Amino acid sequence: MKRGSCIFKAESHQNPPCFVVKAQILRTGEELDRTYMRLAHQFVEPFERLDTLAIIGMQTRGVDIARRIHGYIRHFYSVDLPLGILDTTFYRDDFRTRMKMPTVQITDIPFDLFGKDLVLVDDVLYTGRTVRAAMDALMSFGRPSSVRFCCMVDRGHRELPVMADYVGMHVPTHLNEEIRVETMPQDGREAVLVVTKAQEQTL
Amino acid sequence: MTVRIDEAYEFPHRHLLGLRDYSSRDILHVLDQASNFLEILNRPIPKIPTLRDKTIVNLFYENSTRTRLSFELAQKRMGADVVNFSSSSSSVSKGETLRDTIRNIESMKIDMVVVRHPSPGAPHFITRCVEAAVLNAGDGAHEHPTQALLDLFSIRQRTGRLEGLKVVIIGDISHSRVVRSNIIAMTRLGMEVVLCGPRTMMPLFVEEMGVRVSYHLEECLEWCDVAMALRIQLERQGGGLFPSQREYHERFGIKKRHLKEFPHFVIMHPGPINRGVELESEVADDPRAIILNQVTNGLAVRMASLYLLSGGKRGPS
Repeated sequence: MKRGSCIFKAESHQNPPCFVVKAQILRTGEELDRTYMRLAHQFVEPFERLDTLAIIGMQTRGVDIARRIHGYIRHFYSVDLPLGILDTTFYRDDFRTRMKMPTVQITDIPFDLFGKDLVLVDDVLYTGRTVRAAMDALMSFGRPSSVRFCCMVDRGHRELPVMADYVGMHVPTHLNEEIRVETMPQDGREAVLVVTKAQEQTL
Repeated sequence: MTVRIDEAYEFPHRHLLGLRDYSSRDILHVLDQASNFLEILNRPIPKIPTLRDKTIVNLFYENSTRTRLSFELAQKRMGADVVNFSSSSSSVSKGETLRDTIRNIESMKIDMVVVRHPSPGAPHFITRCVEAAVLNAGDGAHEHPTQALLDLFSIRQRTGRLEGLKVVIIGDISHSRVVRSNIIAMTRLGMEVVLCGPRTMMPLFVEEMGVRVSYHLEECLEWCDVAMALRIQLERQGGGLFPSQREYHERFGIKKRHLKEFPHFVIMHPGPINRGVELESEVADDPRAIILNQVTNGLAVRMASLYLLSGGKRGPS
């Protein structure tokens, strides 16, 4: 598997049974590994001591990304930082526009947030609404002394005044494209892709 | 190489009237969601804003402490506006019909209705009168779906599984809505159910629901993984269905010696307990009794149910 653009048939059991998807792999393998390593160094960079630093991954793929970075920090700096999982579903502002409620996932923050310097980790920064929800959610767990935000991909098109402190890569996108950050536990491989979904005849 | 498209399961229901309408997948979805709500209750600030745009009315035509408090607390934890209604202190005593009451309440822009009513089918009737989502909190001897869901949740929390588990339900089967909802859900999820109780409290043809019947408590306790004792509804015992509470306890009460003789089964009770009737007092306080877990889990299950049914915008009035 390497970088490049292809047309793929998607695995889907939906009706109509098959979408044709154009997918372009932007980063994978060793290069993506290096991105994780860089983020690990960046997380640690502004701190003299690491005892207040903690990482929180946002469901679903942000959790896997946070785990990878957490692993590299342990590898490079021999510290086991506290790692939490946050689900922002309850704080989202978009579910009144649809009939079905999104599925709630686990939130698990096994440490006290008071006095911590947190780094929130998510896969894609897009409108900024998920980060806003995440900050609301965090505040019901306590009062951290600072919160930073890290995303794997910043794809632009912000609707709220939000900026990421640490960015894996910047990808200028069209609105009809989808950015996917694939992780080992979710997808069985690691890659950053641009996906364009379309019906068979239009592509 | 392929790109996987996520096919999310969509919860297909608008109301929770009874578990008869829910497939095993729907039931498991509610339980899975409930386990994620349980964590909220342990947060420093145990409150989420998810239902802050919803107004919910609790319509209780029958007395209730646990269910009503549990629903109200679940609603408040999720930020909903809550109004309470009890038939004793309302216009019902002036002769207003259920249909008129509910339509009046709906005119006050209500999104969800939680209803308990002595007549079976009252929640179904309400769905035909109003647009709001309706949750059944017990209708006559018909169903009590949230109680069954919290029972299943508590069993799964303790034993780690549901399929293949052996459950015995002991007590007044014919007057119990909890039993009906439980039998429907348990058989659907592949659990084995045996009913045990005095013949006078055993409905005819109950085997049609896919359960077995026994009149010997100790055989059942030896066989089962979970023993669920039901409350003997003393207020409904005018008809002399059993000679005395003491005799009932002798034949069908779970006693301390049973815990020693049969060291594996888990004890459940929907509450309120008549100590010394269904359960000996020490049995109710034993670590194998998950009665208080049932109450905590009830909150999580009700939060999950309210959440799942709160989709969409308010309909045109």
